[in-house]
Amino acid sequence: MIIERLRAGWVELRRYPSALMGLGIIAGLLMLALYTVIAIPYPQALEAWRGGEAWRMHPVNAEPLWLDRLKGGDAPSTLIIEHDAEEVEETMFTGGRRLRIPLAFDFGYADFPGEMNLFLRAEDHAEAPFARLSWLTPDGRDISLGGHRLQPRHRVSISQDRELTRRLGGLAPHIGLFADPASDAVPEVLPGRYRLVLDVVVFDEQADIDATLVVYGRVHGIAGTDHQRRELSLALMWGTPVALAFGLIAAVGTTLTTLVIAAMGVWYRGWVDALIQRLTEVNMILPLLPILVMVGTLYSTSIWLMLGVVVVLGIFSAGIKTYRAMLLPIREAPYIEAARAYGASDMRIVLRYMIPRILPVLIPTFVTLIPTFVFLEASLAVLGLGDPVLPTWGKVLNDAQTQSALYNGYTYWVVAPALLLMLTGLGFAMLGFAMDRVFNPRLRNL
Amino acid sequence: MTLPRSAQASSDAKARSTARRSLARDLRHLLLFALRRLVGLLFTVLVGVYLTIVIANMGGKVDELRLVQIRSDVSEMVRADPAFQDMPAEERNTLIARQVGLEVERLRLDEPFLLRSFDYLQRAMRLDLGRAEQMHSDSGSRQVYDLIVERLPATLLLFGSANLLVFFTSVFAALYLSRRYGGAVDRSIIALAPSSAAPGWFYGIFLILFFAFLVPLLPAGGMVSVPPPEGRLAYAASVLRHMLLPLAAMFLSSIFISIYSWRTFFLIHSSEDYVEMARAKGLPSKLIERRYILRPTLSPIITSFLLMLIGLWSGAIILEQVFNWPGLGSLLFQAIGHRDTPVIIGGVVIFAYLLAATVFFLDILYALLDPRVRIEGGKQ
Repeated sequence: MIIERLRAGWVELRRYPSALMGLGIIAGLLMLALYTVIAIPYPQALEAWRGGEAWRMHPVNAEPLWLDRLKGGDAPSTLIIEHDAEEVEETMFTGGRRLRIPLAFDFGYADFPGEMNLFLRAEDHAEAPFARLSWLTPDGRDISLGGHRLQPRHRVSISQDRELTRRLGGLAPHIGLFADPASDAVPEVLPGRYRLVLDVVVFDEQADIDATLVVYGRVHGIAGTDHQRRELSLALMWGTPVALAFGLIAAVGTTLTTLVIAAMGVWYRGWVDALIQRLTEVNMILPLLPILVMVGTLYSTSIWLMLGVVVVLGIFSAGIKTYRAMLLPIREAPYIEAARAYGASDMRIVLRYMIPRILPVLIPTFVTLIPTFVFLEASLAVLGLGDPVLPTWGKVLNDAQTQSALYNGYTYWVVAPALLLMLTGLGFAMLGFAMDRVFNPRLRNL
Repeated sequence: MTLPRSAQASSDAKARSTARRSLARDLRHLLLFALRRLVGLLFTVLVGVYLTIVIANMGGKVDELRLVQIRSDVSEMVRADPAFQDMPAEERNTLIARQVGLEVERLRLDEPFLLRSFDYLQRAMRLDLGRAEQMHSDSGSRQVYDLIVERLPATLLLFGSANLLVFFTSVFAALYLSRRYGGAVDRSIIALAPSSAAPGWFYGIFLILFFAFLVPLLPAGGMVSVPPPEGRLAYAASVLRHMLLPLAAMFLSSIFISIYSWRTFFLIHSSEDYVEMARAKGLPSKLIERRYILRPTLSPIITSFLLMLIGLWSGAIILEQVFNWPGLGSLLFQAIGHRDTPVIIGGVVIFAYLLAATVFFLDILYALLDPRVRIEGGKQ
């Protein structure tokens, strides 16, 4: 009978565009969640989000590529120039070799890169090799970038070179090295082929040198990157299954139990009702968010622990009082008396007569509860109590807030997770409100 | 002629005396009921506060942290003191041990947590909130009571005005809409209702982005400009300016859903048979609204009004954080961050008492409003 009712409901629900839109949004989110879980397995996502060396080739705080192009900008993407073994010129001398490694690339963007790093690997050398760096611009200038004695894993942070900055007339190296000398007040990019040439003296017969020049862009991928060079798309994608699971489990866990318990209290009266009322009052005295914050600071910020606490505290929530106020008059309704007269059992009256009567009114509450819990997770994360390892939307927002993203103009950092949160909220709410009008028999004719 | 008159007088007196007797009986019932509820609520507060004490102390684990802290502090102090420099190591260790012992005894850490937890409980219940461990109020006081009293007005001002505004706007708008359901306004409210899925702080972020950064019209946070303006009027104006954004954030996030659910509620109740009957009789719609719709729905309305008032006391941690509003919510958040258990417990105790008072008031009001509940309530 329930299935029939649902089917009839679905036929009617299809007439509401908002319901279809809500369903579409939810289906899209579900698909994204499914794809994410399959494409980026859980341990891999955690490992990547921990950050560190794995992200060293990514720019810091880069905008999404499409956003920049949409604004009509021409900000550079990241260029990674690996050294080509065939172009290396090698000259031998007693006790070592001289290597000349050119790293050439075309630069045609209108905007300057965000940063420059040179990664060198000189492993298994008996004695540390020595490298001298020079920068050749398209118009033939030769700028020395200094010399370095190479560690096995060496990193030359060209952008951080103060001395070079001074020599470039106060311009940061990643700007000064690309600037057109003809432009005076505001530096402009000189397009063309740039070369970084490494003159390395190696004191070893076999051991090799590996060089990678990274010219970091100002735009990256579909979601940009954060202050730790991590791709935001990873957190935005993984946030979807986490948010949906959290919202759904918490909403189902709390609403149904609360409703059944409230109805049982109203029906059985006496000590059952009294006990439920007392428990509810005790629970109401304990404010949810401070308790969660306390659990988060004192025990653990694991999202699953938080979910457990939310559900447990949500069972005897203030909702019981509201439901009780709705159920009290229903208890005295003649149709309940009729049910009792024909010998319906207590549980049957509670589950089949009392609860269905107020269920319609609760449908919007239930469906809007899902995003409430999604936002609760985000709220905790914004307070700095997000899950320590899991990438979620709330944690992205929290990172953005602690890095003053709005103040620094990294709007994409705030807008993307906020938009996803809003989309989730709207999807469930739109469906819920349309369902309300369909499944609520008293509203149908209104 | 006189006889019937005196008979009438005596029957009048009798009726009056029975009325008085039944009133007295009702009052007695009500008083008994009130007493019973009072005891029950006190017990509730007791349990709730005790639970908080256990959670805030991590079941006694905070004490171990405190013990380690005391040990390291004392030994640091003794080692740094030049007076004890040439003391033999053994003697110095006994000195440290004695100092630690004194401190432990002062904080009564040597007693089992269970014992102390009941001590905390009875002091909390007597509203003897004690001294904060780390935090102090803006005026420099270490008393938890001062800390809370200092923050309370800010929370009440912001959340009181926001919630009252939302409540009354939504109830009256809903009454209006339930008379004209299906209209353009009604449909647009229904369409906008899903936007309430986001909480206030979420809108707050965007409001700050728009009105404080992009178009710098209003302050991004705080309660009053720095330095506070001279004069009462200028001060109030400054507070009002600072209130505008958080107020708007809260209003935006809850007004549509609130109107929607009240509208649904009224619509359901205005299709009851007795309302149809009243309509069929041709009663004026004002009267129907007052006597046939509002009167039977009064108890849910009052319930939700009072629950809303309770929500006020705790403030909203995140909204206060986002807007840097110096209220109870941010006090509690700071206290939790500092592991300052007296402040946490103090906040919850105040909240518990206020809530209990509200619930008590609600029960009495129910008893007065709904005769069915009164009779059942009396039986309980």
